[in-house]
Amino acid sequence: MIAVQLSEIPLDTSAIIASVQDERSGAIDVFIGTVRNQTKGKTVHRLEYEAYEPMALKELRSICEEAQQRWNAHAIAAHHRLGTIETGGIAVVVAVSTPHRADAFAACQFVIDTLKERVPIWKKEVFDDGEVWVTPHA
Amino acid sequence: MTITIKFFALGRELVGANALTLDLSDGTTIEGALAHVRAQHPTFAQLPSFLVALNTEYAEQSTMLKNGDELAIIPPVSGG
Repeated sequence: MIAVQLSEIPLDTSAIIASVQDERSGAIDVFIGTVRNQTKGKTVHRLEYEAYEPMALKELRSICEEAQQRWNAHAIAAHHRLGTIETGGIAVVVAVSTPHRADAFAACQFVIDTLKERVPIWKKEVFDDGEVWVTPHA
Repeated sequence: MTITIKFFALGRELVGANALTLDLSDGTTIEGALAHVRAQHPTFAQLPSFLVALNTEYAEQSTMLKNGDELAIIPPVSGG
């Protein structure tokens, strides 16, 4: 099972985890990306996300399919928020179920790392004195 | 031929539009279409780096366009 979603409403982490539960699995690994309240010492008030939605869904699904094959995952769910998220809010949830834990960790990390590299989603940081589109850092 | 170009994030702000429709002569490449965008919207040149996607797949700028294509300007992504 692979499920990818872009959502304008808050992500339901419990429901996403439940969606990958599988009796054949011995492990579920979950990554939750949250909005930090500062960047390089400056206070961040909120993030504003946007996506090229049809391409983002397609890329995200292709990343999950690759992870499923490489690590023998039973189920992978990757949900990303769009729109405005206040600090502390959840921006992304990736959940993976596999027979054994090492594969769950590896597959989950691959999905979030590759998402950040190539899925067309952008975020803008809003500060007290302005706003800036985030550029990827090494 | 007619194509659509979509803009996102900083690219959208620099051009001041979510999308443009361009009428181009047959045989125009992605690179050629981008030259039209820069001519109409000089601020687009301020976008430091970007990739392009053709019909929702990453593409080379030398690719030839055809009628009805959807081109997208993809500034460096920052999801997650």
